[in-house]
Amino acid sequence: MSNLPIQDWLLSDEPTSRRQAKLSRLFKGWVAFQTNVLAMIGLGILLLLIFVAVFAPLLAPHDPFVQNLGNRLQPIGSDQHIFGTDSLGRDILSRLIFGARITLYIVVLVAIIAPVVGLLVGTVSGYIGGVVDMILMRITDVFLAFPRLVLALAFVAVLGAGIENAVIAISLTAWPPYARIARAETLTIRSSDYICAIRLQGAGPLRIITKHIWPLCISSLIIRVTLDMAGIILVAAGLGFLGLGAQPPSPEWGAMISEGRRFILDSWWVATIPGLAIFAVSLAFNLLGDGLRDVLDPKSGRS
Amino acid sequence: MSEVKNPKLSIHDLKVWFNSGRDKVDAVKSVSFEVAEGESFGLVGESGSGKSTVLRAITGLAPYWSGSCKIDKASLTGRRRSREFFRKVQMVFQDPYASLHPRHTVDQVLSETLYLQGIKDIEHNIVRLLSNVGLTSKFRFRFPHQLSGGQRQRVAIARALAGQPEVLLLDEPTSALDVSVQAEILNLLNDLRNEQNLTFIFVSHNLAVVTHMCDRIAVMRQGEIVECLLADQLGRGEISHPYSAELLEATYG
Repeated sequence: MSNLPIQDWLLSDEPTSRRQAKLSRLFKGWVAFQTNVLAMIGLGILLLLIFVAVFAPLLAPHDPFVQNLGNRLQPIGSDQHIFGTDSLGRDILSRLIFGARITLYIVVLVAIIAPVVGLLVGTVSGYIGGVVDMILMRITDVFLAFPRLVLALAFVAVLGAGIENAVIAISLTAWPPYARIARAETLTIRSSDYICAIRLQGAGPLRIITKHIWPLCISSLIIRVTLDMAGIILVAAGLGFLGLGAQPPSPEWGAMISEGRRFILDSWWVATIPGLAIFAVSLAFNLLGDGLRDVLDPKSGRS
Repeated sequence: MSEVKNPKLSIHDLKVWFNSGRDKVDAVKSVSFEVAEGESFGLVGESGSGKSTVLRAITGLAPYWSGSCKIDKASLTGRRRSREFFRKVQMVFQDPYASLHPRHTVDQVLSETLYLQGIKDIEHNIVRLLSNVGLTSKFRFRFPHQLSGGQRQRVAIARALAGQPEVLLLDEPTSALDVSVQAEILNLLNDLRNEQNLTFIFVSHNLAVVTHMCDRIAVMRQGEIVECLLADQLGRGEISHPYSAELLEATYG
């Protein structure tokens, strides 16, 4: 296989600029990632999800909120409604498409909040140690001691129902494992020679944590977050199902299942279709996470 | 022990221990020595004899120590070290595979070090440092995993020299390298010492290496200096302590 000049440039072992060194490392990671078929499938599904969410108004055949009681509970494959209609006569496909936006919104927000909090708490507690470590880890233990959904339920009950509160509740329950991972990584990193070396150059704790410890923790956190994302989507759907997440008429997938539950014996598709969507996205995140682990894990000995 | 006039570094009754209470481990028990400016002083001993721990105590990386430790007559206390200290004293670690950050390019390592040492004109200095340790600028943007062991150790030496220190602590800098590369690195260190008038404290378990590198040598065993020798004496085999004889025997057979 002959390489394009750009590929030679990216794969060079003798980079000549800062940018080339950085891009070359990214590209090598991508090449390794590409060989993992399942991970590519996962990535494909997620890209599709993003595409659908962005172009929802153009893709949806109907308005997801318009009710038509005369046309309720149409089966799969009926005229104009490929996935049928729900109990209020709304087009399930259109609701599914708009629901992708909500799912994506939850995923992105949780992915921004939980790992960042975990990273901060974990690295600070691991690097500083002593009393600070003790206090931060006991707080983490308190959060870890509760089952995630129960704690999220309690938070939502206090904060009130709604997507934003659901996201906050999920984030508050999701960060402790990340803090644990980040702390464990920090403990092994902080006593290594390269940290001693930079300390001997007079670097302070802030610089060491942000510039030397974070880059090494982040890859294992990314892997963990992608693997956890499936669980997070399920919790969000669970909250929606219990009526504590997205509120009607918002087309959140969990809430859609909850609505369809009443007709599950006569009109199974109303609950099944959003269930399949949740399943597909959860699976995609898991596949992606597996693939990322192969590429990013510093312990795999590739780099 | 021979007295040194105007010592660059003087250590008196240094004790270092790990853990406290019942788990206390005495790594170094009362070590004293002085090193003159521009001298190369060797510490030899088997592994676990506390020779690396002495260096770690000087640089503030050891948890607990007592005794007195002076650089240019300024006493060091506790584990904190001033910026001046880091400008004067630098260390090269044993394992070049562990002493470079795996996600930082050579360029990042050196430019951050220069920045921390408060040196302007980073661009120019990186090129200078690399050529000082015998690396061309094509190595500049590589990650550690794209370098060989010897090249990594050269980068580590360049990093230690970035702030133009006066004292270089060398913690078995060649023990992780194969023999031919060892000689290269040792010669490089000797050249740098002559050019920049550095003071070396060279820790090694290899008597041959220490004899080649150092003017004076202290033999350590179980946290104590058992004998202090001149390199010439050692070369002629004029040793008095049986443990030194044992080490010599083990090195040359």
